[in-house]
Amino acid sequence: MVTSAFAYHAPTSVAEAARLLAEHGDEAKLLAGGHSLVPLMKLRLSEPSVLIDLGKIEGMSYIREADGGGLAIGAMTTYAALQGSDLVQSGAPVLADAAGQVADAQVRNMGTIGGSLAHADPAGDLPAVAVALNAELVTSSTGGHRTIGIDDFFVDLLTTALEPNEILNEIRIPALAAGSGSAYAKFGNKASHYAIVGVAAVVTVDGGGNCSGASIGVTGAGPTAVRASAAESALVGSSLDDDAINAAASAAGNGIEFNEDVHASADYRAHLTSVYAGRAIRAAIANAG
Amino acid sequence: MGQSITVEVNGTSQTSEVEPRLLLAQYLRETLNMTGTHIGCDTSNCGACTVILNGNAVKSCTVFAVQADGGKVTTVEGLATNGELHAVQEGFWEKHGLQCGFCTPGMIMMSYDLLSKNPSPSEAEIREGLAGNLCRCTGYHNIVSAVQYAAEKMSS
Repeated sequence: MVTSAFAYHAPTSVAEAARLLAEHGDEAKLLAGGHSLVPLMKLRLSEPSVLIDLGKIEGMSYIREADGGGLAIGAMTTYAALQGSDLVQSGAPVLADAAGQVADAQVRNMGTIGGSLAHADPAGDLPAVAVALNAELVTSSTGGHRTIGIDDFFVDLLTTALEPNEILNEIRIPALAAGSGSAYAKFGNKASHYAIVGVAAVVTVDGGGNCSGASIGVTGAGPTAVRASAAESALVGSSLDDDAINAAASAAGNGIEFNEDVHASADYRAHLTSVYAGRAIRAAIANAG
Repeated sequence: MGQSITVEVNGTSQTSEVEPRLLLAQYLRETLNMTGTHIGCDTSNCGACTVILNGNAVKSCTVFAVQADGGKVTTVEGLATNGELHAVQEGFWEKHGLQCGFCTPGMIMMSYDLLSKNPSPSEAEIREGLAGNLCRCTGYHNIVSAVQYAAEKMSS
């Protein structure tokens, strides 16, 4: 399959990429790992006339401890790098785990965290994880920088709060509270492993065994990744007994307008959301121990 | 709209004028006439087009050739040295790790990448490592044996 023709730019700095993006506007697409965009271009569902490749920019792929705690992750960091990073495994283990569940080794060598979030595919794995980890997204444009909270980021199917002239530059993951455990559980498509439904959970357990915090993201179920606020409320303050967990799992799909396709009906996705929320929550609690 | 790219392919620097939309797999097969790399599904599922790009296995049907500009590519043609098969190739030969052979270049390149990062993988790690490579002759059993053979040979 052959994509439509496009002009290719390979800037060597974020500033140069931002200038190119400002110049070409809506006609341009940013190319990160390309493992969502290139297949769409081959099907001609996406036909940008300008492609701005971020792959030649030094210094967009990194994982480091952020000032004041937590992690700062460059947008061009691959799934494979997240999966293999000691910093991620210790600081945000659910991110390493979920990155390792994306597709296959070859795709994980190319696909990036920034690309996954900015593409906002409803079946992407990392959007749910970013919600559960309360990520903050730092953008660059010719106008400067902006920070977007993850709860404001996913707007609609394949649509984010990024302005047409903005480049997602860095993902910041706040440090987890002491006593936190995290987990990602998904029902993956058998052929491609994308999330038909995926749930990421971070659960904080206090010294008395009660839940002092919960953050849960759901992907695959509806048009965007969403926070399962009702499930979080059902957990916080509880003793994390079966009743509380089951109540949270049942509430995980509240408010979601469920997708329906050849792989899963809306009813089935609702069912999967509860089942996988329960699994993610239980695994997160086990990991907190 | 040609664009000049220079790619080190199997140790040899290659400079070509390419259209930006030319895929890396097409560049290897049609520009360089290196047809060892196969195109199977053309949708980044089957892994037949797997090559090593800058040290990592990638599906070359989902990478533009221009993205490889300035980089290094290793294909199945680059594994044997002085007519002697690489241990992974020898493993596929010895263990009958192929039937029709269409998936084999991709299987071999992914196995090569796997063993370069994990020299003594468990059977489960081999199967997980090859999860992005499909064999329609259902030859996975012998493919796993081939990788185990190569791992043993490379460690001895």
